[in-house]
Amino acid sequence: MTGTPTLTPAPQPLLIVDDLSVHRGAAKILDRVKLTVEKGETLALVGESGAGKSTIATALMGLLSGAKVEGHAELEGTGDLLSLPSKQLVKLRGQRISMIFQDAGAALNPAYTVGRQLISALRRNLGLSRRDARARAVDLFSSVGINDAEARLSAFPHQLSGGMQQRVMVAIALACNPDLLLADEPTSALDVTIQAQIVRLILSQTRARGASCIFVLHDLALASQSCDRIVVLYAGQVVECGPARDVLERHRHPYTRQLKSCVLEIGRQDLEAPEGTVPSHDSMPPGCRFATRCPRALPRCAAEMPPLTPASDDRDGASDHAFACWNPE
Amino acid sequence: MLLHALARIGQTLAVLFVVSVASFGLLKLAPGDPVQIMLGSEYSPEAYESLVAEMGLDQPFLVQYAHWALNFVQGDWGTSFVAHTDIFTHAFKEALPVTLTLASFSLAFAILIGVPLGVLSAVKKDTAFDAGAAVFALTGTAFPSFLLGILLIWFFGVKLGLFPVMGYVSPWQDFWTGIYHIILPSLTLSTYFIAMITRLTRATLIEVLEQPYIAAARARGEPNWRVIWVHGVRNIAMPLVTILGLQLGVLLQGTVLTETVFNLPGIGQMLTSAVLGREYAVVQAGVMMTATLFIGVNLLVDLSYPLLDPRLRDRK
Repeated sequence: MTGTPTLTPAPQPLLIVDDLSVHRGAAKILDRVKLTVEKGETLALVGESGAGKSTIATALMGLLSGAKVEGHAELEGTGDLLSLPSKQLVKLRGQRISMIFQDAGAALNPAYTVGRQLISALRRNLGLSRRDARARAVDLFSSVGINDAEARLSAFPHQLSGGMQQRVMVAIALACNPDLLLADEPTSALDVTIQAQIVRLILSQTRARGASCIFVLHDLALASQSCDRIVVLYAGQVVECGPARDVLERHRHPYTRQLKSCVLEIGRQDLEAPEGTVPSHDSMPPGCRFATRCPRALPRCAAEMPPLTPASDDRDGASDHAFACWNPE
Repeated sequence: MLLHALARIGQTLAVLFVVSVASFGLLKLAPGDPVQIMLGSEYSPEAYESLVAEMGLDQPFLVQYAHWALNFVQGDWGTSFVAHTDIFTHAFKEALPVTLTLASFSLAFAILIGVPLGVLSAVKKDTAFDAGAAVFALTGTAFPSFLLGILLIWFFGVKLGLFPVMGYVSPWQDFWTGIYHIILPSLTLSTYFIAMITRLTRATLIEVLEQPYIAAARARGEPNWRVIWVHGVRNIAMPLVTILGLQLGVLLQGTVLTETVFNLPGIGQMLTSAVLGREYAVVQAGVMMTATLFIGVNLLVDLSYPLLDPRLRDRK
């Protein structure tokens, strides 16, 4: 009996999202999305615009207005984020979960200095004195690569470049050491040269703090390079998910292939972009939502919705690679 | 920044110049010969000539204007034919404070009631409260102020006996009695502005609350009241102040009716009786005071923009 190998109990995931659906009027923007975020893990949400990536992040923050949200999102030690009373949710925001937005220039209040916006968060969430909060703010600014941090505190958002604004947002989001950071396409409003810097900054800062991160991206290559796991979304549904390497190299869903092959590489001739458009939310087909654009579609695809099936490509049995397709590659 | 301010002040002076020329011209265009009026029915041509010379009426228009403007700036506004009183004392020291008190109380009512009502409407958008506020606002803008004034007098003054129905006591001399006398007229005058500010606040705040920085403020744990009052309302200050400045003209026009209904001895009442009695010098004084007030306030509004929006502080 003592010879039984003592299995270290699998650590509890930080966040389990189960059957998250979002309706806006008759349109179903998200359809029964499931995903799990482990502690310290970086998860990429990938897909075209309109796939529902940002909606997931916004719904988890409780910031979705004018939409009906169904399902569960269990945050470790807290309970279901989606049914939490708003007072408790307000206390979680900034402290346990925080968010970085697409356009930092628009996400900073133009009427107040960036220092004031950071310091007020520090004072309220951590109960710091004015002086301590200011010292902490200077440290945070330095840690996200803002030179002359002291002076930058009294700058207004419009006086900073796009990259600097996003660095400020990163500092604000990480100010109270959250467990989960939601990064909603944080580089889409930036110059290409700065994009990589900001992605690296966000990842290194979250990893240094042991935090988990949900990274909303539309670039599969960037996701596979920088994140631990990938969830591919199409028209509000998860079509493939798993460890970054598996999804990139052993993808099973035809849509993942198309996403992968629309990445430009020098010298490649076989560039294929997905043809056609995503069906509109109020006229979703009963079967696979990708069927109309899929080169491998079978008659069955248009009629029946494929379930999320585990992929059998496990090397060690620990992978949770799964896909939703009747005719996988 | 400083250059901009100086340019705006320069513009303001230019506008004031145009207004003063027009206002001076009014006196020239007025029917009736002032010299004849002053001399009465029988006079000799010599007396006429000497009085014309004495009054400087034989001088060119520009010289007369310069003479008048110099006197005006020094507070020498002439004498009223009817009351035989100094116009400056009557208009500037007696009537203007009444109108200023009435206008500032109305403005205060408009802001103190209109802004919170508009904020609540925006936050409770599309609820019964919002619909009720909209009905109130529409009624408030459509209701003629003189009718409302009479209704208020009848209800609060005559029926309930809560407020005095007319008369004016300066709040600077007797604060509480002054307030007591000014409440009904200010409410009457401000109804339109309460309604307008409610609608403006609602519309602009709804737009602001959809901005990403509001979501971002919530995302870092700001409580709801701070999101709305600190991050939201701060960003509607500019349209609000702009409209208040521009609508001051309408407010000053409104004082004419309100002062008549409530028998307040302000500029409105002064202008009404001056127009009826063809006392052009008094009309001129009233026009100059209201125009200066309006232009001055709008200059202040313009100069306040950099305080309200930091993005304007860096403009060249």
